[in-house]
Amino acid sequence: MKAVVLAVVAAAAAATASEVAPEDRRSGYEFAAPETRAMQDDDTANPGILGVLQGETLWTTKVGAADRSCADCHGDARLSMKGVAARYPTFDPALARPIDLEQRINRCRIQYQGAEPLAWESADLLALTAFVAYQSRGLPIAVSRNAELRPSLDQGSELFHRREGQLNLSCSQCHDDNWGKRLAGSVIPQGHPTGYPVYRLEWQSLGSLQRRLRNCMIGVRAEPFEYGAPEAVALELYLMGRASGMLLETPAVRP
Amino acid sequence: MDAGPQSASPTRRLILLAAAGFGLTSLAAPADATSAAMEEAIRALVGEAAINHGKVKLELPPIVENGNTVPLTVSVESPMTEADHVASIHVFNEKNPQPYVAAFYLEPRAGKAAVSARIRLADSQRVMAIARLGDGSFWSDSADVIVTLAACAEG
Amino acid sequence: MARVLINLPARAKRGEVIEIKTLIAHPMETGYRVGPTGTAIPRDIINRFVCTYNGAEVFRAELFPAIAANPFIAFFTVATESGELAFSWTDDHGETQTEVRQITVE
Repeated sequence: MKAVVLAVVAAAAAATASEVAPEDRRSGYEFAAPETRAMQDDDTANPGILGVLQGETLWTTKVGAADRSCADCHGDARLSMKGVAARYPTFDPALARPIDLEQRINRCRIQYQGAEPLAWESADLLALTAFVAYQSRGLPIAVSRNAELRPSLDQGSELFHRREGQLNLSCSQCHDDNWGKRLAGSVIPQGHPTGYPVYRLEWQSLGSLQRRLRNCMIGVRAEPFEYGAPEAVALELYLMGRASGMLLETPAVRP
Repeated sequence: MDAGPQSASPTRRLILLAAAGFGLTSLAAPADATSAAMEEAIRALVGEAAINHGKVKLELPPIVENGNTVPLTVSVESPMTEADHVASIHVFNEKNPQPYVAAFYLEPRAGKAAVSARIRLADSQRVMAIARLGDGSFWSDSADVIVTLAACAEG
Repeated sequence: MARVLINLPARAKRGEVIEIKTLIAHPMETGYRVGPTGTAIPRDIINRFVCTYNGAEVFRAELFPAIAANPFIAFFTVATESGELAFSWTDDHGETQTEVRQITVE
């Protein structure tokens, strides 16, 4: 059934993708069922908040050879981290390429705490990322479009618009051209990363944007990007730019 | 799309039963359509006692976005006094590997006989809530739920 | 120690019916999922939740694998007196985690 639906979508989609008009942009929140939205709205019952609380503890935990906590350098996260997640991915001059928030946290761990990096999708990395991103909740996404980011933005755009996988579908065909319509039983959202790390009901846990992108790629039977691959970050950067001005909802709850 | 909480109305139940391919042979008591395991589990709880319909309201979304996490609320009309109270609320399902979902035990000092939880439903199915009152009587409500799966999953 | 989120009013009037919401981080492994090696991942769930109010049990729940991960349980109790509410979660290994909250009843 799903293959038939996708084939119809693929056939119906025009060769040229039409981007979502800025005034038509809607967060995945608006496509979720009422009970899913209710779960997100209630901080006393949002399962993602458990991760935020865990991150709050990690923020003040000393680690590594330097025996330092995040708080030792950054103080109160409510002040120092406000607006930070809204600007990521951002350009890292040392690496001469963009990095996302998870990579930034790990670079801090290695460089300033003398600690091992946290594994992708590990509970601790998700918790810290969720805690930092939570400090930007309600703020508009505002990634830079400086010249240094241009090559990655272009790469991200190219990745978003090109067909891939056995099902030969591009991100754009679903999320620009067919949002609001149904794929199997689910409503297709526009694909804005407004609430990451997100508590995805399918995962029954918090997860990163990269994990979600991998799910999509597996969904079209494409080889997913490795965690932390430059292509993955380029796509994240493109998506955040596409969502510029939309408000962060971390920790969002999504199906 | 009607996304309000659902309590079992006969017409809706019929439509959903027919849609689920149960056929129209079970037009009469929907209890006839329960699976064997669920029925056995319910028997183990109530024994030979009658299960009355009423007082209990089982709220589940009629169409579930993801069966991994389904919000559920069971409320029972009761003054919650020593003389007239809900002693326990039991939730059963029809198509998961096990018929049991949860059992909640209340005291009169609960004040209000209502509990909420989040459950897993493996497939579109019937869910049933049975309340045992302080006087030993049983009351129930059921809901038919359609469970959809995520379109883009891992592996 | 699993992360816990408990929500109840800090103060209430005597006789007021208050709602208590609880959430605890736990995967609630059903025992039916098949792991990467092809064998089932063993069941590992929280199977019991108890709330006591100044030592007296006011609410108890038996949980089965059909309860979603990160179990959320909300229930009601009458605010009878000031004191301590204790919340205990017990898992399949018999380990119990208890959290306490104070309430002022006037």
